[in-house]
Amino acid sequence: MFESSAGTITETDGEEAGTVARVELRAISKRFGDVRAVDHVDLDTVEGEFLVLLGPSGCGKTTLLRMVAGIEEPTSGDILIDERVVTGLPPRMRNIAMVFQSYALYPHMTVYKNIAFPLRTRGVDKAAIRKKVEWAAGMFGIERLLDRKPRQLSGGERQRVALARAMVREPSVFLLDEPLSNLDAILRASAREELRQFQKRVGVTTIYVTHDQVEAMGLGDRIVVMSQGKIRQVGTPMEIYHWPADTFVATFVGSPPMNLLGEDDTLTGFRPETFLPAELVNEANGVVTYPFEVTWTEYLGAERLVYGNVGEKSHALHVVSRLPGSMSLPIETGRTYTFAVSRSDLRFFDRKSGLRTDRGPA
Amino acid sequence: MEQVAKAGIRDQSGLLAKLMIAPAILYVTAMIGFPFILAILYSLSDITTGDPTLRLVGMRNFRDILADSVFRLSLKNTFFFAIVSQVLVILLSRVVATALMKEFRGKWLARFLIMLPWTAPIALGTIGWLWMLDSIFSPFDWVFRWLGLLGTPGALLGPQTNLYWLGVPSLAMASVIIVHIWRILPLATVIQLAGLSSIPKDLLEAAEVDGATPWRRTLEITIPLTLPIVSIAFLFGLVFTFTDVTVVYVLTRGGPVHSTQVLSTWTFFKGIEGGDLAQGAAISLFLFPVLAGVAAMMLRMARKSEVV
Repeated sequence: MFESSAGTITETDGEEAGTVARVELRAISKRFGDVRAVDHVDLDTVEGEFLVLLGPSGCGKTTLLRMVAGIEEPTSGDILIDERVVTGLPPRMRNIAMVFQSYALYPHMTVYKNIAFPLRTRGVDKAAIRKKVEWAAGMFGIERLLDRKPRQLSGGERQRVALARAMVREPSVFLLDEPLSNLDAILRASAREELRQFQKRVGVTTIYVTHDQVEAMGLGDRIVVMSQGKIRQVGTPMEIYHWPADTFVATFVGSPPMNLLGEDDTLTGFRPETFLPAELVNEANGVVTYPFEVTWTEYLGAERLVYGNVGEKSHALHVVSRLPGSMSLPIETGRTYTFAVSRSDLRFFDRKSGLRTDRGPA
Repeated sequence: MEQVAKAGIRDQSGLLAKLMIAPAILYVTAMIGFPFILAILYSLSDITTGDPTLRLVGMRNFRDILADSVFRLSLKNTFFFAIVSQVLVILLSRVVATALMKEFRGKWLARFLIMLPWTAPIALGTIGWLWMLDSIFSPFDWVFRWLGLLGTPGALLGPQTNLYWLGVPSLAMASVIIVHIWRILPLATVIQLAGLSSIPKDLLEAAEVDGATPWRRTLEITIPLTLPIVSIAFLFGLVFTFTDVTVVYVLTRGGPVHSTQVLSTWTFFKGIEGGDLAQGAAISLFLFPVLAGVAAMMLRMARKSEVV
């Protein structure tokens, strides 16, 4: 549904093409009274990447985004966009565009005027505005909605208007604050796909905030996992999922979360889908077996979740196994089976600091 | 035999609704509708306070008052005072409301002081102003003299020792307008505050990100979105000022030489003090079409003031 008009970003009126910029954050902190919303964050984006800030509510991801936008000023630290220090500059001097969670469409203006607004603030003349608005509207397939007011639009249509308004200026950085959370589940999935394809085509550096780890994994080139104002890990979805830097990342990403078993100072972790009946586990790198007493199973169609305990009765630890739905092995609650994990799927964490202690991918 | 449960009056919502509204309807009919009908009848008769018999004489009273220059002046003054005072109220209350949107030390005190005029009974408040605008003892004049703006030859406001706030027609009109502003400001401020706080914060942030300067944000976002509620404040103030008797009556009695006479005071002077009830009724009815129009506009504005 996102159709691009003929031509690329450079087409419109000979104006310089939207440059693809890098965003650098140097020791950024934000304090609200005693609360450290963002605590010494260092981060560099890669040009043209789709970077996701992921974390639970209150972790500082939205505050960080707002500081990049310029609507929130950092308590300390610097922000650079395209090698230029922009800390202290108002948003209109940063060549960024932002889509808010509520879309923030101007309710008293038509869709056309909404999209035209960022151009009018720059003093672009009317003819050029018309061309650009139609181009942006065409990009998102909303040409027929130009005369409507926001209250006459559905959630998905409003989202596209917000995106068109953001893109019409061809910004160097594109900021999105949970723009899909107001959409129903079905629409959210298709909007996710369209958003990603759109970003790939246009190639603008994008920073996207979400608390939904499925969304983050699906959209991000790289994911920044945050908690309590600090960055826990930056990496590709594969790195985050298979080599979490600490127990927070291990348990936040992945549903159900990584199983963590404690022995002395070390926690042993393995993902539910690696915890299988012993006969099915690949023995090439060695296996660790566990007697697994099943307490509960959930049949979810595509997969089966088996909940139970490993270890002695008094030291029983709760673990989850994820079996593919196609695996029809009968599993009964109350019985104990021999389950195993391949050694290459084990991760080790220091109990006190939570940090992963093993070496990482070979 | 089955027992049919009988619904009590509490469960008959239709009947109950009628019963609950009845007192209000009774009140409106008796206290407002009935005097209104009477006023129309009076205006078409020649009734006086001395002779209370009702003899219909057609439109004679209306012809008489339109020919009266004092009536025409009162009509002009009514509109002038109301519109000028309310335009100034809207501007001032917007400034005050914007200031009250922010947090600052002593905000509770500022809020309290702003609301005080509304809490004072209007007659008492106006009497206070009467003393402050006194021709000899006015504290305003004292301050002006102290600042050297008054009382010396070549002073900005003149060589005389007092400004005769209520004695000079232009100053008397200004005084009436000032007291009207003072009285309505609290109400208008509260209404404007409600309007300003109803604008979602991220709309203004989005405008900031879109490149709008604070001035443009005010002009293109804040003002259009608060226009319905500002209109309501304006129309409310208009109604209060159109119908007010107290301010003019206490301050100037309509003087000097009718320069501050308004329809409501002229009605009183003609109809009650002067005894000509019929003419008084006719004068008072002149406001009715204007106020009906204002009320209709207010209802329309109220419907438009959704910010979604």
